[in-house]
Amino acid sequence: MKYIREFRDGNLAQKLAKAIRQEADPDRRYHLMEFCGGHTHAIFRYGVQDLVPENVEYVHGPGCPVCVLPVRRLDDAVELALTQNVILTTYGDMMRVPGTKQKSLIRAKAEGADIRMVYSTQDALKIARENPDRQVVFFAIGFETTTPPTAVAILQARAEGLRNFSVFCNHVLTPPAIAHIVNAPSEPGEDPVRIDGFLGPSHVSSVIGWASYEPAARDFRKPVVIAGFEPLDVMQSTLMLIRQINEGRHVVENQYTRVVTKEGNRKAQALAAEVLELRKVFEWRGLGYVPDSALRIREAFAEFDAEKRFALSPKESREVKSCECPAILRGVKKPTECKLFGTVCTPDNPMGACMVSSEGACAAYWTYGRKREAVLAAKGAAA
Amino acid sequence: MTSMDTQTRFRTGAVDMTHGGGGRAMTELIKDLFHRHLKNPILDQGHDAAVFDAPPGRLVMSTDAHVISPLFFPGGDIGALSVHGTLNDIAMAGAKPLSLTASFILEEGFPLADLERIVMSMARTAREAGVPVVSGDTKVVEKGKGDGVFITTAGVGVLPEGVTISPAAAKPGQAVLLSGTIGDHGVAILSKRENLEFETELRSDSAALHGLVADMIAAVPGIAVLRDPTRGGLATALNEIAHASGAGVLLQEEAIPVAPDVEGACELLGLDPLYVANEGKLVCICEAADAGRLLEVMRSHPLGRQAARIGEIVEDPDHMVIMQTAFGGARVVDWLSGEQLPRIC
Repeated sequence: MKYIREFRDGNLAQKLAKAIRQEADPDRRYHLMEFCGGHTHAIFRYGVQDLVPENVEYVHGPGCPVCVLPVRRLDDAVELALTQNVILTTYGDMMRVPGTKQKSLIRAKAEGADIRMVYSTQDALKIARENPDRQVVFFAIGFETTTPPTAVAILQARAEGLRNFSVFCNHVLTPPAIAHIVNAPSEPGEDPVRIDGFLGPSHVSSVIGWASYEPAARDFRKPVVIAGFEPLDVMQSTLMLIRQINEGRHVVENQYTRVVTKEGNRKAQALAAEVLELRKVFEWRGLGYVPDSALRIREAFAEFDAEKRFALSPKESREVKSCECPAILRGVKKPTECKLFGTVCTPDNPMGACMVSSEGACAAYWTYGRKREAVLAAKGAAA
Repeated sequence: MTSMDTQTRFRTGAVDMTHGGGGRAMTELIKDLFHRHLKNPILDQGHDAAVFDAPPGRLVMSTDAHVISPLFFPGGDIGALSVHGTLNDIAMAGAKPLSLTASFILEEGFPLADLERIVMSMARTAREAGVPVVSGDTKVVEKGKGDGVFITTAGVGVLPEGVTISPAAAKPGQAVLLSGTIGDHGVAILSKRENLEFETELRSDSAALHGLVADMIAAVPGIAVLRDPTRGGLATALNEIAHASGAGVLLQEEAIPVAPDVEGACELLGLDPLYVANEGKLVCICEAADAGRLLEVMRSHPLGRQAARIGEIVEDPDHMVIMQTAFGGARVVDWLSGEQLPRIC
């Protein structure tokens, strides 16, 4: 496979680093929120923070699909798997997220629930075909990137007459989340989150198009640069954002031109729209109840809606007390400001979703960032 | 002699509960399948325990359980792997392996033809390594209670005089060497997994490393640490060494050899090659002054042609593994938690 190292070239990175240093005004700070967990991951995995000046700060956003799913919905999935005798199919990242009383899907599996990790909705359909006498539920999570495959799976199931397949739909949308973060009043005792601009969603934008963020950029006067997931993408987007901020502009610019267009993937949008519709309101971990921020299955496809097929009991869902995931997802706190970080809460024993997912900010801090400075200082090798 | 009946059964039959029952079927399976292929004078003694002379020097012993899906994969199978696994564990102490034992847990219904293929592969691998399988055992479990075949091997080896290799022996200033590309085994296995199949020319690197180790020790008897980065990959092996020695490791990403196919597959699947399994590679930690000489010896052995110096041992009270990225930054290379999973977004 070609074109991997090309996007991680150290020499180009140094050139961009120099351009960023020249552009950034040393007398001010730049708070740039990278929306996606994929960006957070790239920043840490490649050490991007080492290459930008100290006054350019990345604020980690809510773009981690596993992280923003509220505990209640996870508890519902656990209940489906444990009490309804279904085969629950899920993306692997979801398995270890703790629900109420630390109950995760992986624990439910150990208790005998039939939970299977899949790589795509097609795997879930295959399991449904192979087990005609069992109910198979796909635990659908994710932003606009994973929405079209869910829609396609439902259309396929209907075409094939797969009556034992249904979807527990938890898809959420990025533009309302951005609006909510900029707009939301801060919690009592919290400093308001300070964001000067956004590194905009990457793969999501390939589906919905960069124009989707124009209202947010215009209404909140915040620049947005659609940024790819490679470290050079992140650096170039950083430079573009700093330029906009310095020039007092606030428009959507597209750095990820090799993938993202203004309109996005019309066919994927049409498929999603055929099967899914807006929910009036949906709960996000961290952001609370956000209007028009999620999708549900249309009435015409109700027979494939797990929420309608199975009776789910109301529950008293609760997150771990003093877990700062909600504030971290809003960009108000850093993982290291959480009392549980690295003491009680580690990837081996996660208390909150941000420590579980490879796209979560806490996991990235812990995995790539912890105590790095000490070793580099000892070696005198800091960049 | 094997009767035509038995041969036909091996071609078309399957393991059933009688093969573990202690009766005639079990005896036949042992004689006509295991002993026929693994044949050697010690095994032929027919004891439950192998009897052999102890060589002078300190003995090394190790055991390794093997469960893998699929059982047959590009570049190997569970039979060869189960021999390589224990041979390599013994070799990583710096020892010369002498003999092996093997025990099999067979699942009812497993095709006898596949079992024979596995045993033949074990026999060939042991013969090539010059290390006989001198004792064994077989149990059968009901269908659904196993995954085809599980194989546990154990082995004994002898340590050359003056060799003291231990993961605790890493010290600041020493060099970290790697015998070749990482991730080949793990990616070759993944490429054949159900639901994940993808096209690749890549083969598992499964190989016995004791020959390479013997050459290295002959050249530099004072090697501090040897480790084969199997499950959990290079990252795990280095974290274990850091933990055992109380030092830190500083890696140079650019120096770590990764085959283009492995890099591509990992990119698509969202995996990090540093955490992907190897079955024919070793990490060596030695005095910096010996690094050049050792690299030369490694590169002149078929299993070490792409050997490289990938980093160094440093002072670090937190015993972390840190990597300077090719991109120009630095990051922690942490222990793996759970399994590596593809990203959703």
